[in-house]
Amino acid sequence: MARMSVVDAQASGLPRWLLLKIGGMVLTMIAVSFLVFSVLELNVDDVAVKVLGQFSTADQRAAWLQEGGYNAPFLLRYLRWLGHFITGHWGNSTYYREDVLTLIAPRLAASGLLAGAALLVIVPVGLALGVIAGVREGSVVDRLVSVFAIVTTSIPEFASAVFLTSLFVFWLSWLPGVSTMADGFHLRELVLPVSVLTLYSAGYIARMTRSSMIQVMQSPYIRTARLKGNSMRRVILRHALRNALITPVTVIMLQIPWLLSGVIVVEVFFAYQGFGTLLYQAALNTDIDLIEACTMVSVAVVVTTQVASDLLYAWLNPRMSFR
Amino acid sequence: MKALTRPTAATGALLVGGWLLVALLSRVLAPYDPLHSMIPLMTPGARGPDGAVFWLGTDALGRDVLSRLIYGARTVIVVATAATLTAYAVGMGTGLLAGYFRGRVDTVLSFFANVILSFPVLVLYIVIIVALGASAANVVLAVTFGSAPAIFRIVRAITIDLRSRDFIAAAIIQGESTWRILLVEILPNSSGALVVDFCLRLGYSAITMGVLGFLGLGLPPPTPDWGGMVNEGRTMAFAFPHLVLFPCVALSSLVLGLSLLADGLREPAGRLRRVG
Repeated sequence: MARMSVVDAQASGLPRWLLLKIGGMVLTMIAVSFLVFSVLELNVDDVAVKVLGQFSTADQRAAWLQEGGYNAPFLLRYLRWLGHFITGHWGNSTYYREDVLTLIAPRLAASGLLAGAALLVIVPVGLALGVIAGVREGSVVDRLVSVFAIVTTSIPEFASAVFLTSLFVFWLSWLPGVSTMADGFHLRELVLPVSVLTLYSAGYIARMTRSSMIQVMQSPYIRTARLKGNSMRRVILRHALRNALITPVTVIMLQIPWLLSGVIVVEVFFAYQGFGTLLYQAALNTDIDLIEACTMVSVAVVVTTQVASDLLYAWLNPRMSFR
Repeated sequence: MKALTRPTAATGALLVGGWLLVALLSRVLAPYDPLHSMIPLMTPGARGPDGAVFWLGTDALGRDVLSRLIYGARTVIVVATAATLTAYAVGMGTGLLAGYFRGRVDTVLSFFANVILSFPVLVLYIVIIVALGASAANVVLAVTFGSAPAIFRIVRAITIDLRSRDFIAAAIIQGESTWRILLVEILPNSSGALVVDFCLRLGYSAITMGVLGFLGLGLPPPTPDWGGMVNEGRTMAFAFPHLVLFPCVALSSLVLGLSLLADGLREPAGRLRRVG
């Protein structure tokens, strides 16, 4: 009966909690949009130079600013931009000469594929290493995993990309060095990008899992289970894992912003035609509309995963209630 | 100092100390001027016409890679340290205020920190660099902006915890000024966690500089910069891997040194927990 009431309390608190979270999400997005807009478009003369190029004449710039409605007060321009953005008018890319929204959608899907493939490797590898290390704290295996985690998380993605391509592309010629997917999708071309992302992220998850596992293994209920005569194997699989994995699983969601940064670097390195290369091209060509849209999309991804992570944590951990 | 007897911390200290020495003595150690063009694309160990050896080869513009690597150590250490220190100044200042006074100050600062933390870091850096232009000062600014919120959170949490302790109440009753309480009572008591975080964050800042350089958004050429060297050599890496391999090894070893040092400094706390 007691258990029932906890579930009931959770159920009644959930809509309110979710509403608050989504409200916070919207507020954050609005603040981010204001920040991004003011950083990139506060000075209209700069915008004109960035869009029309350094060799445009003052008259051309003035005409362009007039035409684009840039002479309106800043706050008005911001609100107009925000209105356009919410209604799906994300402007035009000056570099690709295309509508930003139609440009972003397929790139986002491509990056989603890469990130998804990476997560499929990172999560099992990270969790397994962490559990193996955490079960026997201080053992040789534990030390090895810890050192491995420190080394891999210390090597920036572009550096491990250089190391792996030197080894597998230049020297052994086993794998392709670019992932343009020029003639259709090839799984082979995903191997190196996914490996680079795994090297950088799996170590962090392993460390989190390890410390969580150690904490659980020291708790009294594990000792009780062991003293009742259960085998070590059974204690770990049936009793310890379930609680030890709550924190790492939620941490994995919070890793997604870091993964996104890594995806940008990896995409640029392997010329993978995804969201990251799009943002990179936009940055190199000061393609303002495209940068703004890419930024907003990436922040939306982060904020959504944060809420999802909170939800997941509450769902996995019945002790937590929605307040 | 006792931490240095552990193998991880000792290795870390050795790596970091080595690079520090290289940065300090770059003028003495570098065989050539890092900006001087000689014979382009020499392979490592090749000899010039006058018999001089290019130990790590030369780049596409004929500059000695070893010399650029040595001067690059100076660049990364100076800029990353400056960026981390400013991030700490901002993060600690705001964190102390928010944690000590709570209320509206805390609400506003925490909201602002959350907003910045909802950016994927690299996207934030790209936006800032595009808006302000690529320069050492702007890299420092970008890293400050990106790292300060995380430092703010740590310092705020520690301050909230310490604020409720008796010795703070005693200090208030004694009539100590708020500034004195913040800087003399609270700050020194939070330094343990912050020293570890500082080492790690210095590593992140070095990585950030490397990534920005790799993307061509870091320090403008011809500054010797490890990330920039990778960016410049990338298109020729297949034929001349030495252009990209050495800067990557250099950056990785520096960051690894800082991570090992941080790990070594953290360990005593872990031991204590196990005993108690």
